[in-house]
Amino acid sequence: MSQTTGTKIKPTRPWKRTPKQQALITLNLLIGAVVSYLVVLATPMKGKLAYLAIFFIAVIVVNFVESYIKSGLAAAKDSIATSFATAGLIIAVVPIFSILFTIFDRGRAGLNFNLFLHDMKANGPNDPLGQGGLLHALVGSGIMVGIALLISLPIGILTAIYLTEIKGIYSRPIKFLVQAMSGVPSIVAGLFILSAIVFPITKSSSGLMGGFALSILMIPTIARTSEEVLLLIPNDLREAGVALGGTQWRTISLIVVPAAKSGLITATILGLARVAGETAPLVLVSGGGDAVNPNPFHAPMGSLPFYIWKGFTFGTPESIARSWAGIFVLLSLIFLLFIAARTLSGSGSKK
Amino acid sequence: MSTTAPKAKPPVSTPDKREITTKPRFSDKVFRGVATAGGLSSLVILGLILIFLGYQGFQVLRSEGIGFITGSNWQVMQDNAGNTDLAASTFGIAAMLVGTLLCAAMAVVIAVPISVLCALYLTFYAPQFLKKIMVAVIDLMAAFPSILFGMWGFFILMPHVEYWGRLIHKYFSWIPIFKMEIPVFTRSPFVAGVVLAIMIIPIITSVSREIFSQTPLDRVQAAYALGATRWSMIRAVVIPYGKSGVVGGAMLGLGRAMGETVAVYTVLNLVYQINWHVLIGAGGNVASMILLKFGEAGPTETRALMAAGLVLFLLTLLVNSIANTIVSRTGGKGR
Repeated sequence: MSQTTGTKIKPTRPWKRTPKQQALITLNLLIGAVVSYLVVLATPMKGKLAYLAIFFIAVIVVNFVESYIKSGLAAAKDSIATSFATAGLIIAVVPIFSILFTIFDRGRAGLNFNLFLHDMKANGPNDPLGQGGLLHALVGSGIMVGIALLISLPIGILTAIYLTEIKGIYSRPIKFLVQAMSGVPSIVAGLFILSAIVFPITKSSSGLMGGFALSILMIPTIARTSEEVLLLIPNDLREAGVALGGTQWRTISLIVVPAAKSGLITATILGLARVAGETAPLVLVSGGGDAVNPNPFHAPMGSLPFYIWKGFTFGTPESIARSWAGIFVLLSLIFLLFIAARTLSGSGSKK
Repeated sequence: MSTTAPKAKPPVSTPDKREITTKPRFSDKVFRGVATAGGLSSLVILGLILIFLGYQGFQVLRSEGIGFITGSNWQVMQDNAGNTDLAASTFGIAAMLVGTLLCAAMAVVIAVPISVLCALYLTFYAPQFLKKIMVAVIDLMAAFPSILFGMWGFFILMPHVEYWGRLIHKYFSWIPIFKMEIPVFTRSPFVAGVVLAIMIIPIITSVSREIFSQTPLDRVQAAYALGATRWSMIRAVVIPYGKSGVVGGAMLGLGRAMGETVAVYTVLNLVYQINWHVLIGAGGNVASMILLKFGEAGPTETRALMAAGLVLFLLTLLVNSIANTIVSRTGGKGR
């Protein structure tokens, strides 16, 4: 204890797999692969699906036998459960990677720098890929999401403040309603704006209507995430504010909200990511023009989801390649938003 | 203080009890008012959706009555002047309601086992680094726009699912819903169900994972101390604890799947008929029908579509409310 020895004692890690166990696992997988290959050769079954299914069954059986010999029936059952749980994760994750790969693979063809400089005013969706672009869609999406943000941010955060700080008599029903609102189908939001504003008042589609429809979908996301964030702020801060003689308004505006700032920004970003790709309401209410239209109050306005939608429904190889390029851009944006939200909430929680 | 009988009281007089009240300042009153108004906005918006869709759809709903939900004809008749004749036209959304429930139920049946296994793996099996990455990836997947799932489903997934459909048809055609006379496998409700399942896997997974991770640690450790393997611990402790939470998560997924528009529109061959046979390439759901018919709809048909939207809204609201009640009762945050 008193004298330091030269040799460093490494902490042991008994839970880590020894090379022997690792080799056994590899051997099991190998046996499974060989068995599945042989079975597919011997029986009339064919195709990738057959390989996978038989491989899965073979691995389960091999693992079962191994653990049964080593540790008995309970361990053998446990090994089956482990195999199934792992398979569940793999099945859940395969589509994600397939989607990401597909977008990268097919979106590449339509990507070029012109995309961000031109709109489709002079080009049809069937023109060669180098011509035209999605500038109008980017501008339109930006404006509509911006309008939605302007409406939803105050309402969402006020709702969260009402639920966490004021805790009035309506807290429980409002919590319930916000949850119910987050389940409103996007097409219903579009229909609502149509029935409430477009048909009786404006009689024409415009970017503003798109922003309204998106805000209905955005409010619950912002409200619920902000509520969680505000709940994490320790009560000591609020008490300190009140003890210093602050009114509730000053305590919340000068202490609680600044303390939760990064979390609230995260909530906002998640709200943006939620609505950036909404297609159905925009198809109904925003029209979707082909030229850059910076005025949300007048004339149809294009948007990224609408651009993708139009390319897909047009149905020629060029237009579909355009759609994939549009999806590539849209998903890159969502991805960036997501990373921003993660980084912010990560740095917020460390403090 | 009273001064009526000072000598009768003991020398150390205790002051009367004071009631401490704060009078809210003006700024506080304003602030509370504003926040309450903000909080009530969700009530206002939901109420307005109900009122406006009901108002627009009222005419059609009144002329169709209960037939709007039970009938499966959608015929727009025009009189000689070219206007829509409401009395002669029939609007019934039963075919699409059946399609909605069929696709959504199929999605839930496919997604629940996968999501629960995935959540179990992430909570109890995964190494820490893998867990972090996978949770982020699955959260990201929940933010994918539905048109992306639609296009991916149409171009990439559909050939595979058609093949699975053929296999199912070959071996399980004795089950009524898998029966089909004419072998048309493309763009069937089965494909839509699989795409919807992939869309709701992230939701069900994250709700289940949250519930599973709240399993009381002492019970988990007690099970291990009694010599349970991981699987017997899960069966004895986690599943009884998290069962209702998983049900709630599944219903949230159901609600999302029922309201899905674009993904279903892209992969499904929209045909206006009641079709129980999931492998046959014809079907639809309410949301995608609204999108399909909206483009060429006249004023009256648009009103009928509003009424259909109202039915869809009420249906999803019901499912979501039940789901959220279940999830929040088990301690989760819901979606």
